[in-house]
Amino acid sequence: MILAIASGKGGTGKTTVAVNLARVTGFTVGLMDCDVEEPNAHLFLKTGPASQEIVGIPIPQVDETLCNGCGDCSRFCRFHAIASFGGKPLIFSELCHGCGGCARVCPRLAISEANHRIGVVETAQMENITLVQGRLDVGVAMAPPLIRAVKARLPKGVPTVILDAPPGTSCPVIATLQGADFVALVTEPTPFGLHDLELAVDMVRELRLPFGVVVNRAGSGDDRVHAYCNEKNIPLLLEIPDDRRIAEAYSRGELIVEALPGYRCHFEKLWNSIGELITT
Amino acid sequence: MKIAFSTSGDDLNAALDSRFGRAPKFLVYDLDNGTFAVVDNRQNLDAAQGAGIQSAETVARLGVGAIVTGHCGPKAFRVLKAAGIKVYNSNAATVTEALEHFKAGKLVEAGSADVEGHWA
Amino acid sequence: MINELVVISGKGGTGKTSLAASFAVLAKGSVIVDCDVDAADLHLVLSPQVKERHDFYSGHEAVIRQPDCSGCGTCLEYCRFAAVKLKTEDDTGIKYVIDPLACEGCGVCVRFCPVKAIDFPEKFCGAWMISETRCGPMVHAKLGIAAENSGKLVFTVRREARRLAEERKLPLIIVDGPPGIGCPVIASLTGATLVLIVTEPTVSGEHDLKRVLALTQHFGIPAAVCVNKWDINPGMTEKIEEKARQEGAQIAGRIRYDSAFTRAQIEERAVVETKAACVKEIKQIWDRLGVQKV
Repeated sequence: MILAIASGKGGTGKTTVAVNLARVTGFTVGLMDCDVEEPNAHLFLKTGPASQEIVGIPIPQVDETLCNGCGDCSRFCRFHAIASFGGKPLIFSELCHGCGGCARVCPRLAISEANHRIGVVETAQMENITLVQGRLDVGVAMAPPLIRAVKARLPKGVPTVILDAPPGTSCPVIATLQGADFVALVTEPTPFGLHDLELAVDMVRELRLPFGVVVNRAGSGDDRVHAYCNEKNIPLLLEIPDDRRIAEAYSRGELIVEALPGYRCHFEKLWNSIGELITT
Repeated sequence: MKIAFSTSGDDLNAALDSRFGRAPKFLVYDLDNGTFAVVDNRQNLDAAQGAGIQSAETVARLGVGAIVTGHCGPKAFRVLKAAGIKVYNSNAATVTEALEHFKAGKLVEAGSADVEGHWA
Repeated sequence: MINELVVISGKGGTGKTSLAASFAVLAKGSVIVDCDVDAADLHLVLSPQVKERHDFYSGHEAVIRQPDCSGCGTCLEYCRFAAVKLKTEDDTGIKYVIDPLACEGCGVCVRFCPVKAIDFPEKFCGAWMISETRCGPMVHAKLGIAAENSGKLVFTVRREARRLAEERKLPLIIVDGPPGIGCPVIASLTGATLVLIVTEPTVSGEHDLKRVLALTQHFGIPAAVCVNKWDINPGMTEKIEEKARQEGAQIAGRIRYDSAFTRAQIEERAVVETKAACVKEIKQIWDRLGVQKV
């Protein structure tokens, strides 16, 4: 089963839910941290040493001896990543999407592709949890290619995978959620929380994925999120109360289920709720 | 030598545009015979990204030796430099004024982009 | 010269939008911009009256004309983004279809389809608006669901804000930025006068702050840092402030954990429009930032 944890709004508690869910289950689980711009899951899991793999995208390289400056490559590129003005074309790697189009259109076959680094994927182990995280190089604009690389490194034969998604509803989140079996949307009971939850619900509906809602910091705002879930028949999977001790434990990088063991049952219940929804 | 001025107008009295990448037009002035032509650059006003790159390619293919503009970003600058085109920044109000400054040697050649690029 | 203050955070949920709204209220004349086009919330507390609305197109998407598809599979072979899906029809045989959520608009399949069966229309991505608020003009946008957040829309709203500031002779632009460090954040902060990074005293906040500061240094933009909810972990607050100083960032101040942040949202007001204890701290930060021209 591939379970994704997402949200519209940032800071609602996605990573908190992901790491605590991973910790309470006795099963072998793969935790994929797809928030490659700001990966945080590793801060809460005392893993062994990590192995690292450099990830890149294929960007064009022009052979000067073959190039005649015709400019077909530049005219083809939709991202203005290759500039031709008579001489050898200039490559703007930060704009290149790695589509391979320029290499294909070049009439002189003067363009080949070389791997251009965008970040790393790190894998580490903590008991039954395999943590795979992506870390985008600072200054690199596009996250989706690295997110795809993280997902491609799903540990083999692991029955349960948790995808910790980045916040929002645009391309990085879509890249994370594709192929998931279920999405848990984490929100907070506030106006910003509800507004962004509605956007996230539109997104998972667009992706045609089954989903449910987790309300974090329940009691800190009002009941508009509950009313919304009721009205739209959206399953409310779990409520985590607005407990200052949780915030403090989180601030220290501690797992809730270890710092405050009374909360273990909350996360066990979440697994059960999701399991039930998936089977029906 | 030909010089390209970023502009929004159609003749030498037109305003000098402050941006190179998204300049609506280029007035290309031929120093050798004192004639000029105006080239439309509108496809770049709404370009998703790389407007500066495309503008630089446009002027390079016109065979200019220098550009005069308000501001030039890093991507455009990189292309212009590779194409051997000199970049001059000017805050003159009109193309004529900028041209006079150029002829009088008052404009200093830019060694680098003078503004940040807009985004990736 | 117009000052532009961009409020970002790295980590989401630290209080960027709440602070940006408060700054808009405290400022003496500004244009406010919501650059978190993916999950825009600023309008919920500033109640903008929309005056202009513009459709926003960015890039293209490939669409296979089903009747013309010969089922050769060239598009599937060439696509680097797994956007081509097989769709078998009982009586018409193999057809392919493009998943608009995966298509990056590169145009390779369009160019190389042997029977030219693929159209390449511009992609409608959302809309941007110019509105009036009690604090002055506001530029904001709504990105379509699953639309590409490449930064073009962010750049567009910032460009419009600058135009408005020049037209109305307003000396300041306040930008509510997006979380993270990718395209949309980069598009929010290039050319800014000052960046304020709002963080929280947690291991996540500390980790993400480091990356955001590396980003502002990469672009050579001066940065200030403020720790929100500082009393959740005073030790971590000090650690973060010390690290920030070492990286050359100005410490703008601290804000205590205050339920007023949520209460103000519910009342559709900025925090400084309430009588909360943290208001004094927010005002101090505003003064220290010094972006308001006298």
